[in-house]
Amino acid sequence: MKKLEIITRNHKLDDVKEALTGLGIKGMTVTEVKGFGRQGGHKEVYRGAEYQVDFVPKIKIETVVEEGIVPQAVEAVSKAARTGKVGDGKIFISPVDDVVRIRTGESGPDAV
Amino acid sequence: MIQSGDTAFILVSAALVLLMTPALALFYAGMVRSKNVLGTIMQSIIMISLITLEWIYLGYSLSFGPDVAGVIGGLNHLALSGVTAAPSPDYAPTIPHLVFMIYQCMFAVITPALITGAFAERVRFLPFICFSVLWSVLVYNPVCHWIWGGGFLGAMGVLDFAGGLVVHLTCGVAALVACIVIGPRKGFGKRQFIPHNLPMTVIGTGLLWFGWFGFNGGSALAADGIAATAFVSTHIAGMTGMLTWTLVEWYHVGKPTTLGACSGAIAGLATITPAAGFVSPNSAVLIGLMGGLICYTAVLAKNRFGYDDSLDVVGIHGVGGLVGTIALGLLASTAVNPGGADGLFFGNASFFLSQLTGIGVVGGYTLVVSWVLLKGINAFSPLRMEENDEEIGMDTSEHSETAYQA
Repeated sequence: MKKLEIITRNHKLDDVKEALTGLGIKGMTVTEVKGFGRQGGHKEVYRGAEYQVDFVPKIKIETVVEEGIVPQAVEAVSKAARTGKVGDGKIFISPVDDVVRIRTGESGPDAV
Repeated sequence: MIQSGDTAFILVSAALVLLMTPALALFYAGMVRSKNVLGTIMQSIIMISLITLEWIYLGYSLSFGPDVAGVIGGLNHLALSGVTAAPSPDYAPTIPHLVFMIYQCMFAVITPALITGAFAERVRFLPFICFSVLWSVLVYNPVCHWIWGGGFLGAMGVLDFAGGLVVHLTCGVAALVACIVIGPRKGFGKRQFIPHNLPMTVIGTGLLWFGWFGFNGGSALAADGIAATAFVSTHIAGMTGMLTWTLVEWYHVGKPTTLGACSGAIAGLATITPAAGFVSPNSAVLIGLMGGLICYTAVLAKNRFGYDDSLDVVGIHGVGGLVGTIALGLLASTAVNPGGADGLFFGNASFFLSQLTGIGVVGGYTLVVSWVLLKGINAFSPLRMEENDEEIGMDTSEHSETAYQA
């Protein structure tokens, strides 16, 4: 199993969700986050004074999938979230040792 | 003799001016960080209670009591003694004296509230209250008497229709002194102080504008042609100020902003205030334009001078009152208001000079007294919040409440 952590633009949340559910992925966790990468922050202007806003609001989507589906998921998410401009976000892929469904006690891929 | 039309109009105007104080609270509160929103609102609305009490027991008499040597009103009207439903022959012969008193009370309430924008986000509540009440007694009341209550500036011919000197210049100068004495917010110049809710500021602007019709229109003290002149010139200057600021900002920074439009409107409204009942509509356009342009420049200058006037009280109200008082000296016309004067552009240089004198006297007096007062209070009870409290924010550290639950 692998965990995908997808950092994307706020308005791309629905597109990414549809891309993932379209592959049969059943669950995900969404968090509103702030951060910056190569895009850096952005400028805001109040009464003529410029402010540099370092931390840009983004959405983080976390989902755990079976290993075989990872390449398709990455491709689908990339397609859905891409605008081609700096700041489109990242996908982090990491191994998951185990998953336990609390209600039933199932573990492993069955619990995802 | 009491006229019911005049009385109704001034009563409604008084209510409109009262509305300006909570409107100001919203205007200011939108521009601070979310941890200081309630503290900022509190600094304005508490004035309704405090200054009304000060006004009825002392301030009205000091401002409008029988003149003593041109400097201050006598104590004859303490606790509203002699202020009844009968009209006052000295001030407004067609409305009850009580109506005149309560109308003027609303001006006394909003003036110290205006100052709070300068030291927003960093002042302790108790010394702030002491400052506001004492400032009203020592600055607002005498200056009000000098110009409107039969004092020496009025006798010299200084005109101020609705408070360019009495309200806006005094609060602007006090604001400048306050932000220098109290010092900048923690992290000023390094950290960012971004407005937390500009729609709140927009609502405040709308309500201030609405109230300003009572502020300026009602200053005619009768429902007559002068009130019409003041009402129209108020709206004209507000809208010109808004447009001017927006266009200048668009050109200068690259984008027109909501805060800019609101700031320009308030700048135009503040600038027309002293002149509202004395100038023609075309002059009002010019005054609004000057307000938008000069106040915008003044706000930018703040960044250059490096003092932390948090919400630009100096740049918008102080400079607006100053520019409006000068503009009145240039553009006043007796063809518009026979009870006024002709300005420099209508051949009357002496009136222009008396306006400049008014600025010098009121500005100088306010500066000295505000400075002494702030230093004095600071010695007894520090005005500045403790570093940790300032970091936590006024809402929690001063008032134990939170505006927004996570």
